[in-house]
Amino acid sequence: MLDQLQRGAGAALWRRPWLRAVATLSPPLLWFLIIYLASLVALLVTAFFQVDALTGNIVYQWTGSNFSQLFTQSVYATIIWRTVLMAVMVTVTDVIIALPFAFFLAKIASPRTRQWFVALTLLPLWASYLAKVYAWINILSDKGVLPAIERSIGLPVTHLAYSTAAMWLVFSYLWLPFMIMPVYGALERVPDSLLEASADLGARPWFTLRRVLWPLVLPGVVAGSIFTFSLTLGDFITPLLIGGSNANFIGNAIYDSALNGGNLPFAAALAFVSIAIMAVYLVAARFFGAFEAL
Amino acid sequence: MRLSPLTTWLLRLFAVVVVALLLVPLVIIVLFAFDRSNVQTFPIRSWSTQWFSVAWHDSAVRSALWLSVKAGAGATVIALLLGVLVSLGIHRFRFFGREVVSLLLVLPIALPGIVTGLALQSAFGLVAVQLSLTTIIIGHATFCIVVVFNNVVARLRRTPDSFMEASSDLGATPLQTFRYVTFPLLRTAIVAGGLLAFALSFDEVIVTTFTAGAQNTLPLWIFGAIRLGQQLPEVNAVVVGVMVLTIIPIAFAARLSNGETSVKSSR
Repeated sequence: MLDQLQRGAGAALWRRPWLRAVATLSPPLLWFLIIYLASLVALLVTAFFQVDALTGNIVYQWTGSNFSQLFTQSVYATIIWRTVLMAVMVTVTDVIIALPFAFFLAKIASPRTRQWFVALTLLPLWASYLAKVYAWINILSDKGVLPAIERSIGLPVTHLAYSTAAMWLVFSYLWLPFMIMPVYGALERVPDSLLEASADLGARPWFTLRRVLWPLVLPGVVAGSIFTFSLTLGDFITPLLIGGSNANFIGNAIYDSALNGGNLPFAAALAFVSIAIMAVYLVAARFFGAFEAL
Repeated sequence: MRLSPLTTWLLRLFAVVVVALLLVPLVIIVLFAFDRSNVQTFPIRSWSTQWFSVAWHDSAVRSALWLSVKAGAGATVIALLLGVLVSLGIHRFRFFGREVVSLLLVLPIALPGIVTGLALQSAFGLVAVQLSLTTIIIGHATFCIVVVFNNVVARLRRTPDSFMEASSDLGATPLQTFRYVTFPLLRTAIVAGGLLAFALSFDEVIVTTFTAGAQNTLPLWIFGAIRLGQQLPEVNAVVVGVMVLTIIPIAFAARLSNGETSVKSSR
């Protein structure tokens, strides 16, 4: 009986592929609709509410005051600008390091070396985020490793910890493997014969790099930059732990108003600024064909 | 393209330096965890494993660890179920909006984590849900699904459809085909995806900050302790523990998926 039922159900599923599509796709899609997309809508809605100055409760009345505050108070323009600038600097730094590194891995290293180097690049990618940030505090702070080494070899001591430079350094370190991996993936897919053909046709290495390799690697670079850019854009922990007085980024402003200031609506409005920045970035990335390389 | 020996040599040197710099912080954190002193100084003068036992017996660390394990397990189970389903659906069927679904799946990791966290907090606030273990799990599962999806869909792409077709030609129902053909083929990819999802959840701070309320997961405990500058030697030991606990599942996952995908970029 049960077997028959199962067979019947199976046959029904077999005859109607759309039924199988619905059966497999609807639970995950419902999750994303009900939880993720609905949350984003809730975020948008909340951005148009306000907090009662006396009670601290959210007043459920439509108002654009959060956004007008964002656009009129120059401090927020400064924060947004500072964040984007940091994200761009970190992204560029990581591209500059990742390109020659990945080129070495994909085109020069022996298979054995390649395997090892890939594993060693992945190790820090998956090692705990906080462990890495904490390691950098231990390296950069005045009692840390770097000043100790500098003192012992008689160099002037750098006071890097709690500065903008420290954040740039730590962010670039943290997200570097996210850039290396897609760039390496893109380079690996370029057949060596293409580069040989270019050389046979008389192109010098530099010309081959620019005109043959670069267009093929660009999607990988853009895919990596989505991570480096987005991760920098939303981070508040690295600035809080290793940044100095200038460590006020969009993420910190969101964190402060949502959790310390109790002003969720304003935090939501700020979050939409970072969504808008990312949206522009993703559309541009799609244009460069980066999603295939993700 | 013919590179001069000098260029090749410079590139090799550069690569070695990059790898060394990538690893130095990890080495330092491990070394400091064995520093006996209360105040960390470099070079380390005396060694000890005492901070591991201090951390292990700290009740705040223990309850945070337990919460992290529960959250990771819950998120992994949900991510596995939904991730496998969506990869089967996306792989097998061509339908309008297929691209949109793939985009939707990456969105929680493509958008800054703080957006996902704050969005969930606003939603929980609007429907008056108290922040709890469940809300942590919901948040983590949402960004873990894509990890499972990436692994499983990569395996499906490498598996010829003819296996499944042969199964149904021989009279198996779709459920039997799944049970005896598809699932065994996917098994290691599913396990790998699950391990990655657990590691991702176990280490997550940003989304958790907004969905945990007053509770501490292990990363939240670490974050708080570093911020306040308290119990730092203990933090060192805990951080090394977290590192080991995330890297072990990843190493297993990498073995299982055999370089197939995306221990690499799924994070």
